[in-house]
Amino acid sequence: MHPAASIILFTTLSGAGFGMIAFLGLDVPAPRGWTAFADFALAYGLAGGGLLASVFHLGHPERALKALTQWRSSWLSREAWLAVLTLALAGLYAIGLVFFRTRIAPFGVPAGALALGTVFATSMIYMQMQSVPRWNHWSPPVVFLGYAVTAGALLTAETELALLFLPALMILQILAWTDQERRERTSDTTIATATGLGTRGTVRAFEPPHTGTNYLMNEMGFRIARKHALRLKAIALALAMVLPFLLIATSGNPFVVALAAASHILGTLVQRWLFFAEARHVVSLYYGR
Amino acid sequence: MTSLPEHTEKSLGLVIDLDTCVGCHACVTACKGWNTENYGAPLADVDAYGADPVGSFLNRVHSYEVQPDNGPAQLFHFPKSCLHCADAPCVTVCPTGASYKRVEDGIVLVNEDACIGCGLCAWACPYGAREMDPAEQVMKKCTLCVDRIYNENLPEEDRLPACVRTCPAGARHFGDLADPDSAVSRLVAERGGIELMPEQGTAPVNRYLPPRARDAAPQTDVLAPWLEPVAEEPHGFLKWLDSALEKLG
Repeated sequence: MHPAASIILFTTLSGAGFGMIAFLGLDVPAPRGWTAFADFALAYGLAGGGLLASVFHLGHPERALKALTQWRSSWLSREAWLAVLTLALAGLYAIGLVFFRTRIAPFGVPAGALALGTVFATSMIYMQMQSVPRWNHWSPPVVFLGYAVTAGALLTAETELALLFLPALMILQILAWTDQERRERTSDTTIATATGLGTRGTVRAFEPPHTGTNYLMNEMGFRIARKHALRLKAIALALAMVLPFLLIATSGNPFVVALAAASHILGTLVQRWLFFAEARHVVSLYYGR
Repeated sequence: MTSLPEHTEKSLGLVIDLDTCVGCHACVTACKGWNTENYGAPLADVDAYGADPVGSFLNRVHSYEVQPDNGPAQLFHFPKSCLHCADAPCVTVCPTGASYKRVEDGIVLVNEDACIGCGLCAWACPYGAREMDPAEQVMKKCTLCVDRIYNENLPEEDRLPACVRTCPAGARHFGDLADPDSAVSRLVAERGGIELMPEQGTAPVNRYLPPRARDAAPQTDVLAPWLEPVAEEPHGFLKWLDSALEKLG
């Protein structure tokens, strides 16, 4: 699938921002006053910045509000609702913490839960795609939530939790990659079922419909990252888990923790790039790819 | 609402005969022409006369080679457009309600004024039936020529999808596949029409008629018997040359 920069930024930054809101909502780091202001400013910057990036990815951003209408059937619509509700509730909660140094738990706890719900809805957009075997798998919700809470722990400087989350996430990610590979390899959909000609013999794409390219080939047939997939996976693991773990294990200095969080987010960007670029849409079968 | 209707009164769709299609692409051209001049945003081309042309089409013709276990390879032309699935995944993913399936005839359409161009429906479709228009940035797809089939301003024989009307080989048929007595349903029953990617669970309406079995003729050409006298074993000078060359090692 085409790894659009806007969508990679959106899933990475919003994931981290909503992960932060989950921690702040449950009052795990317990900031008050200006510290709380700084925390919420960062969380809103990440979550809101990501959401803005996703809106500008649309063909018609001016109609974006229409995306709130189909929550009964569409995960994208549910994601939009959950994001709006999370940011609204977290805002009310932040006012209490920042200006009155008071924790209003009836706002905080639901805001934290909704933040995780938003990340879950994002992952479901991909998981529901039967047309992309690698995504139609248990891993997107687990992995997306895993990255969100790990980023949340690092960004709120909850180093003890982060030291637990980072190795767990690494194991989860390796499991997910391996099993996604298997899922794609054992997909029922082949050029034989795509053309219905498989019962007669071995089917081969002989001639594409046109000599140039088209929207489908550009959108679904991305191939460059697959060539370097293994190297990119190693880079993602090193940046997202290994380096942050080593940094926070050796020092509790706020700058070192910030560096660990930055490295984690950079690694997540690489992971997301692969998440899109490696995923093969079944339509590429029609094009013999 | 982008929920799918539980039942549609009709299931209008196409039946495409893979035995008859000659791969001329007339349906592609007729489709592009009609859908550029009529319903919705025109189907744009970008850099049409340049080095890297790209454009939106609602129907494309692929070609596949099939190599049977015995005998020569066969070539099939394979037109592909929206299959108007009963369980269309493109409809339910739409966040704005722009994508919908009509209760009265089962046609899957896009309300272009409500489309935000997120592209999710094109991702959800396993068949590649939807393409984002490069100029309008809204999703385009086969409408089954909804502006022809009910159009009383057209002569009756033209109230067919443009691709069906134009096909010079008669490889495309249009009708109600929910009615077991319709001409298309009878054709599907007779020829064993198939669904594409049944394992995807989309329950497509369109059917493809598989190529009929080829005659099991012992030769591939009527002239073959007269082309036979190719010497398997050399005689005379060639026999001597063959053995002399063998000896040279």
